Parts: sequence; C-alpha cells; structure tokens
Amino acid sequence: MPNTQTIAVAMSGGVDSSTVAAMLRAEGHNVIGLTMQLWNQRRLVGHAGMPEAVQGRCCSLDDVYDARRVAETIGIPYYVVNHEERFEREVVQPFVEDYLSGRTPIPCSLCNNHLKFDQLLIVARQIGAETLASGHYAHVEFDEDRGRWLLKRPADLSKDQTYFLFGLTQEQLSHIIFPLGGMTKPEVRERARRHGLVLAEKPDSQEICFVPGGDYKRFLDAYLAERGEALPDTTGELVTTSGEVIGEHKGIHNFTVGQRKGLGVATGSPLYVIQIKGDARQVVVGGGDELYSRTLRVRRVNLIAVEDLREPLRVTVKIRHRHEPAPAMIEKTGAHEALVTFDNPQRAITPGQAAVFYDGDVVVGGGWIV
Amino acid sequence: MRRVYFDNNATTPVLPEVFEAMRPYFGEHFGNASSIHHHGQETRAAVERARESVAALLGCRAAEIVFTSGGTEADNLAIFGLASAGDHVITSTVEHHAVLNSCKRLESLGCAVSYLPVDSRGQVDPDDVRQVLRPNTRLVTIMMGNNETGVLQPVAEIGTIAAEADVYFHTDAVQAAGKVSIDVQKIGCDLLSISGHKMHAPQGVGALYVRKGTQLQPMLYGGSHERSRRAGTENVPSIVALGKAAELAREGLEHGGLCTIEKMRDCLQHAILGNFDGVGVNGEGAPRVPNTTNLYFEGLEGESLVIALDLKGLAVSTGAACSSGAIEPSHVLTAMGVPPDRARASIRFSLGKQNTQEDIEFALALIPETVVRLRELSPVYKKTALST
Repeated sequence: MPNTQTIAVAMSGGVDSSTVAAMLRAEGHNVIGLTMQLWNQRRLVGHAGMPEAVQGRCCSLDDVYDARRVAETIGIPYYVVNHEERFEREVVQPFVEDYLSGRTPIPCSLCNNHLKFDQLLIVARQIGAETLASGHYAHVEFDEDRGRWLLKRPADLSKDQTYFLFGLTQEQLSHIIFPLGGMTKPEVRERARRHGLVLAEKPDSQEICFVPGGDYKRFLDAYLAERGEALPDTTGELVTTSGEVIGEHKGIHNFTVGQRKGLGVATGSPLYVIQIKGDARQVVVGGGDELYSRTLRVRRVNLIAVEDLREPLRVTVKIRHRHEPAPAMIEKTGAHEALVTFDNPQRAITPGQAAVFYDGDVVVGGGWIV
Repeated sequence: MRRVYFDNNATTPVLPEVFEAMRPYFGEHFGNASSIHHHGQETRAAVERARESVAALLGCRAAEIVFTSGGTEADNLAIFGLASAGDHVITSTVEHHAVLNSCKRLESLGCAVSYLPVDSRGQVDPDDVRQVLRPNTRLVTIMMGNNETGVLQPVAEIGTIAAEADVYFHTDAVQAAGKVSIDVQKIGCDLLSISGHKMHAPQGVGALYVRKGTQLQPMLYGGSHERSRRAGTENVPSIVALGKAAELAREGLEHGGLCTIEKMRDCLQHAILGNFDGVGVNGEGAPRVPNTTNLYFEGLEGESLVIALDLKGLAVSTGAACSSGAIEPSHVLTAMGVPPDRARASIRFSLGKQNTQEDIEFALALIPETVVRLRELSPVYKKTALST
C-alpha cells in the first residue's frame, strides 16, 4: 500500500488484530481501532447452572481493556460500538435454534457475515474509512481476468480461517484487507513484540466467544431460562439405521453427527451418531462405516470466485473447520442450492456446518449443509 | 487538530479560577481539617468557607451540606441513609443510574419501589406521585434535570405533595446545579445531590444537602467528620474547588451568564433543525436546562455519528456509556416512548461556560457533511427513504 489511507481495524483485544493495527499504523496509515460489543457477559450469570462469576471471553471487559491499551500504545483513536441486539438476532438465536433442531451450528461464520463484515464495515465507512482490516488469516485480492474479488487461503495453512469467511460478498471483499494473510502465527507474535505490544504472548482463543468454557448445553439452558422459557422437549428415540428402536435419548441437542460418547446404550461394537432427525426427534446410530457418505446438499450458497455455477465444477470441499478439503464435483440444484458429490465418501457430514468449495487456494464459495 | 467539547453533561473542564483556588491546598495548606494545630485550622476554615458557598448556591444553611466523593455517593447516601427493609420508595424511570440502581438494590433489600413513568416530553406527572403514595412510603427521589435530555422535572410540585404526605423528598440536582437557580426551600426537598465536575470543579467531589433534623443513616463509618454523616478525612483541595465553583455558578446565575449558553444552544439547535429532514428534539416542549439539547437524526446510528464527529474534533455523546465504553440503548429516551430506532439515532449536545460562538460555528460546519455521509451509507436510512 503506497498511499496513506484511513483504515479501520476490527480489534478483539487479541494478538492478531492488535498486530494488524500496529503494522498498519507503522506503515503510516490513519488507523482507527473498533471493537464490537456483541454480548453482555453478565447476562446469563447465575441462570440455570451458569457460573456466578463471568467466565466467557467475548466482549469481556478484559479484552476491551487490552484493545484499548494497544490503541493507546500505538497512538490511534479507538472506539467500542454496540451491536448486541443484532448479534443476538443474527447469531445467538440461530445458534440456539440449530441445536434444538438437531443441527450443529457455526456461529463464527454468521458473525462474520452479519456483524463483522457487515455492520462494522458500515460503521467503518461511515466514519471515513473505506477499508476495514481484521486479524483473520486469509488473503483477499482482485483478479483482473475474472473481474472479481478473490478470497484465498493464507500462507499459514494451520491458521487458515477462510472456512469461516465463505459468506463474504464481492462488495464486502472490496473493502476488506487481511494483513496477516502472508504471515505465520510465530511471525505475528514476533511483530507484536517488536511493536512493543504487551499482549504479544496472550494465548489464542479457541472457544465460541459467548459460550463460557465451551459448554453449549449449559448455555442453551441458561439462555432459555433467562427468556423465561424451558428447554423444549427434544427427547426421543435412539434408532438404528435400519429403523430399529434401541433406546431413548435425553434430547437431540445433546448430539452431533459422528459423536461416539454419551449415547447411553451398550453394544458389542462402537456406535456413532449417524443422523439427527429433528422433526421426528430421533437420533440414528450405527457403526463407524455408516458415518461415511459421498454426497451432501447445501443451501444459502454464496459464490466468490465465480458469478454462477452454470455447469458442474470440479473443486475440493471442506466440511468442517478441521477437515482436509476433499475432491468433489459441485452442481447447482436451485437458486442458492447445490449438490456436492465427493470422489471418496467423507466421514460425519454434519448439517448446520458449512461446506466450503476450493479451487487450490482460492475459495470458490460455500453453503450451509442441509 | 482543533477540538470542540460539547459534552459538558459528562464532565466539565475545571475553570482556571477554580484551579487557582484549590492549588494551595495540595502543598502550602496541607493540614488535616480535623487537626487542632495551625495547619488543621487553616484547612478547616477553607472547608467551612466552601460549605458556605455551596449552601449559598442551594439556599440552605452551611450545616446542612455534607461533602461527598461525588454525585453518586450523594445519591446513595440519601437513598440508603433513609430507606430500609419494609419501606416504600417512589422514583422515576428516567433517573440517573446512581439513583435507579440504588433503588434496584433497595428492592433486593426488601423495599418496594414505584418507578413513575414520564410523558413524551420526559416529565413526571406530580399527580402520579400522589397516586402511588402508600402509608409506608418513606422517600420520593426524583431528579431535577435529566442528564440526557436536560428536561426539568416539576420538583416544586412534587415537593409540596411529599411535604403534605410527610414523606422525605430527595432530588438529584447533579445536572441542574449551576445551570438553573436552585432554592431548596422553594423546591421543598429534604435532600439534594450535586456533583463538582458537572459544574467546573474537579471529578471526585460532590455534596448532599440534608435538611436539618433529617435522620440519616451514614454509609461510611469512622471518624465524626461531616457531623458524623460521612466519615473520612475531607478531600480539602476538591472541596475548596467545589466552593469556588459554587460561588462562580451563583454569580453566573445572578448576572444572567447562562443566557449566552442558552443562546448558543438554541442557535445550534435551530441551525441543525433547519438543515435536515428527519431531525427533531427529544424532550421538545418541556422546560430544559439551558445548556443541553438532545437531537435525533433519523436513519443513522448515533454511535457512528459520535465517532465520526470525534474524529473531526467535535466531542458529543449518545446515551449513557457503559463500562466498556460501548453505548447502551438509552433508558431515558425509551421511557419517553421514543422508538428504538430513533433512540439509537439520538445525540446529546451539552455546552459549558468555556464554549464560544466560534465553537458553534465549528460544529455547524462539520455536522452537515458528516450526517449526509452517514445517511448515504446507512442501510436503514435508504430503506426509510424508499418507503416514504
């Protein structure tokens, strides 16, 4: 970037986004730090078994404090903007509904699509920054030949976050930069140290930010209790793939496809959750080999590298964050729907997760697994 | 960059005269006001002079003033000093959190609290106070001027009703002190809170007027400071500053100094209202303190406007800031029946003694371009514009 620009940085109080702010500032840009207040950590304290003390990390005062300290250290204006209402509507409620319908959601993608690169980008542009930078590990570039903005996997594939970014539109991508796309995590920490950031050694956050300790079941209880609702009855039958009822289960939200533990039945060979039938409230179990499937369907498809899927396309497809993209054909089946056919059957295809299509390092697009 | 500060309801700069008055009490006159010797006598005299100045501002006797660490402590002392389990307390839905959250705490301690509504202009109906009175009503606590809208409550009427019912009446006058004249006799209140830093004294000092004969349970125990109503060695420099600020405030009110601020406020408000569609005053038609106007700009987020203006050198604010610095939806505007979109699109401009007409012109040069840009990029505004 040769010219000085006004760039807003989405700052979480972590090492990555803090380093981005420091790097851009050092390059001479006018940097504005922004943190989104998305979830009130005090809200569910003491509800239905939630700990009395605040434990979750999202929007914790500590993180805001850290981000503010960084902004002060590097000398940039810094603001916290409140998007709690929208976060609850676009991320938390779908998260709860997904679990109660037998799906396994990914709130981070929804947050990226509806908050970080939507609302926050609007704020950034309103306050005079045409570009929003974040600490995600990914690349964005404009491809002259295709006339499209591309999202690509980063240099450090172990930190690749493109799986959570497949929903970005061309308009959004044209205003976003990911300055860490060419760096490894150790390099980022080194840069943080060099810029004198005290949080250079701060551990990475892994869990879903609004679910303390990763205990989503307790979160569901507490969230519904706070709204004065009881957890709906999602108990039902445990059935085999051939339809034989072999027991009862304590609620479909307790299960994820591929799960082995906690099924509550003892059999000779290991049993896995093969499918969760939300309407019938049935959990289908079977042997490990029955977990494999060659096809999946996706809805709410977003395409990045191509404008449309006019004909079947050869790609690799990633079906969960920690999954090696597998070769497949994708084929359009409706306005925003597609069929994915893998060359080889894939283990534990899970409704509610995303299937993200790649052409080498380039994200072709993705959709939500039905 | 030139910076103009229109957020004087959040805090005000210490006036040079006030700073000069307090300066000797950091070094030269350092004594503990409770000490017998010369050093103590010096500071004791200064504290008592300050007490007289504050009393003069409020129209009460010096002995009726208790110095505190600020408005919040004054409110807490009034509320927890009087109400205890089994009592009934009356307040309003638009109070500052210092009162509102104290009342919530009272509820958990076994008190009953009535939260009176306000009309669309932000005012409590005094008759409502009468309606909710109970035999065990101990305290009515209703603010004088609202921090967000500047709207003044009919405190004198409420005072009369409270007196008739023989119920204590406390008013949080933090945002009114120095801006409108205050006479505790005319208001008929038994307790009244003020804060130093809202009237050009430093942060960390305030006072509570406690009518003679009011039996107040202290919150801090220790020495017999402040006639045993507030233990702790006096914050002498700040108390001296509060005294000086009270003196200056009284002079300002007597000599019509607030007219200038009111004219500037009105000038700002008229120019903005005349410049845009979809702009209006929250609290329109109600009597207000002369320095405040709360305006809504339909179709935009107040939060973005505050940030955009700050980046260009103009400090204003939206609702109350929470501990993280993010903005929570205003309980005051919500209580006035302002729809959520409009509440989020509202900005408070609050002027101070240091502001000039040039400041107003600076603001008026910035606001139009900023609002236009925000609206252009606002998905909400486009939607409303299309639907009309």
